[in-house]
Amino acid sequence: MSAAKSSGIDIKRSLLETLVAGFLALIVFGPVVGVVLDGYSFNAEPRRVAWLVGGVMLGRFVLSLYLQSGVGQRMLQGFDSGGSGVHVLAPDYKSRLRWIIPALIVIAIVFPIFANKYLLTVVILGLIYVLLGLGLNIVVGLAGLLDLGYVAFYAIGAYGLALGYQYLGLGFWTVLPLAAIAAALAGCILGFPVLRMHGDYLAIVTLGFGEIIRLVLNNWLSFTGGPNGMPAPSPTLFGLEFGRRAKDGGVPFHEFFGIDYNPNLKFLFIYIVLFLVVLAVLYIKHRLTRMPVGRAWEALREDEIACRSMGLNHVLVKLSAFTLGASTAGLAGVFFATYQGFVNPSSFTFFESALILAIVVLGGMGSTVGVVIAAFVLTVAPELLRSFSEYRVLLFGVLMVLMMIWRPRGLIRISRSGVVPRKGVAP
Amino acid sequence: MTAPILELRDLDVFYGPIQALKKVSMHIVEGETVSLIGANGAGKSTLLMSIFGQPRAASGQIIYRGTDITRKSSHYIASNGIAQSPEGRRVFPDMTVEENLMMGTIPIGDKYADQDMQRMYELFPRLKERRNQRAMTMSGGEQQMLAIARALMSRPKLLLLDEPSLGLAPIVVKQIFATLRELAQTGMTIFLVEQNANHALKLSDRAYVMVNGQIRMTGTGQELLVNEEVRNAYLGGH
Repeated sequence: MSAAKSSGIDIKRSLLETLVAGFLALIVFGPVVGVVLDGYSFNAEPRRVAWLVGGVMLGRFVLSLYLQSGVGQRMLQGFDSGGSGVHVLAPDYKSRLRWIIPALIVIAIVFPIFANKYLLTVVILGLIYVLLGLGLNIVVGLAGLLDLGYVAFYAIGAYGLALGYQYLGLGFWTVLPLAAIAAALAGCILGFPVLRMHGDYLAIVTLGFGEIIRLVLNNWLSFTGGPNGMPAPSPTLFGLEFGRRAKDGGVPFHEFFGIDYNPNLKFLFIYIVLFLVVLAVLYIKHRLTRMPVGRAWEALREDEIACRSMGLNHVLVKLSAFTLGASTAGLAGVFFATYQGFVNPSSFTFFESALILAIVVLGGMGSTVGVVIAAFVLTVAPELLRSFSEYRVLLFGVLMVLMMIWRPRGLIRISRSGVVPRKGVAP
Repeated sequence: MTAPILELRDLDVFYGPIQALKKVSMHIVEGETVSLIGANGAGKSTLLMSIFGQPRAASGQIIYRGTDITRKSSHYIASNGIAQSPEGRRVFPDMTVEENLMMGTIPIGDKYADQDMQRMYELFPRLKERRNQRAMTMSGGEQQMLAIARALMSRPKLLLLDEPSLGLAPIVVKQIFATLRELAQTGMTIFLVEQNANHALKLSDRAYVMVNGQIRMTGTGQELLVNEEVRNAYLGGH
């Protein structure tokens, strides 16, 4: 049907769409751009409005024409064919990822050779958000429990390192597992009261939890340093430090190996460890989704009553999702603290939670690959577009709106391989 | 008489201040098909759910194969030989038929999964045609078949069915009851909660009639089918 339509380009329709877009742009930009405050009076700036509206109209006209052409039609159909729900792959489906994953690993190994310090830090930040996205993906994407206070676990990991260093003299390597455990415990503690809640109620309670943690960190001046924050130690390699001069009588890495001091080494080391941790978490998550507990999470998301009538203990299923999700965030927090060298409560606001949730939603609920891509898009893109940093949130909004139109299920839809066909069952 | 597989003794169940079940006693013997019929709000589903402790019985006892399960947790009961096909089907919408069936094997592990799945496809040939289709894309009747098959995958000693005819066309209801009859002949113990009294009574060895949270009448399926009161109340009185 649409093929027949696309043979001729409907100029009239395009013009109509252009006029509507222009009218909307006038309403939106008119007051915002057209009126400039000048002391207590204001100046009308009709020319700026005209330029903007003209730009919008031209863009809409071109888009309209393009979408009516053959190429555009095909593109539209490509977007529509998504359908809904989980995509179940054929049991013997061989994923293209078999080729992509080794390629990515090679790129990751080669990358530090070419990267400067700035690029390295950007990628570290990206990887931290990959971890956070993967953790939240278990809670929101797989188990279907909307958690708006996820940043609390991230804060627990980061402050775990800072506080452990300050009061107990613990280093990066000791805290790494401890923070994961501490965050998991916090996940458990949060999990218990919210077991009976669903949807909106759950979201509100978790939101409250996230704020409680942040406010405690902010106001407990004597213990956490309040808004002044706390220093966090750098990682060490078998006791070798990456600073120019070793603290507490240690040996700096560069002196031990007799090489010149390189300030990038710390970040290079964090990058390597973080990359290995991300790979491990990816692998564990990949296996989990194929294990009974992964299926149980998905069952819980799809129908809690049916899940319980199968004899599943919904308490355990929910708690395991919360716990595993939280422990991943704890890991990410430790890396964040050591990478920054400093933590303070302003890094753990609700905006972070929203950003992590955006990563999961943009990537596609429950889809691992999608979350990895989205984490990089949402953390690296703002860095590349530094000069537009004021428009960052606006760009987020635009991205989300576009997503709702074209990819309502996320960049990459959740998919899982079907059950292996069994002997004796004829197709 | 052999010992009953499931016995309820003087069960009282409350929803807050409202008493939903009043001193309900009944029993199911291994191998028989028992149905519970009654009007909307009589407490049929409540009875079925309270076997699983949702809601928990305020007083009375539920005895399953000699053990008191009145205070046991729901998942313990559900994974020890009592399978349930919940009201309104409740299949996992985003999972395929095969995945749904695999979910049913959770209580016993997947060691019999292959042969049981094969058995289910013999019992419900429609499911075999649809085996790689997602459950949400199937018709109501197919979903009901899937819900029953999923419950059977755990090799239950006792199968509880909550309104398998709910919202289905008469012809599909007929098919489902034919399958249930087939199932009963293999020796499966079935406890059926139904509004469709005609079908249910024809299928059952024995039946209970529930009115306002109390068991009003009991007898064999045939007895109740010809009973004047039952005919007037549930069978349209003709």
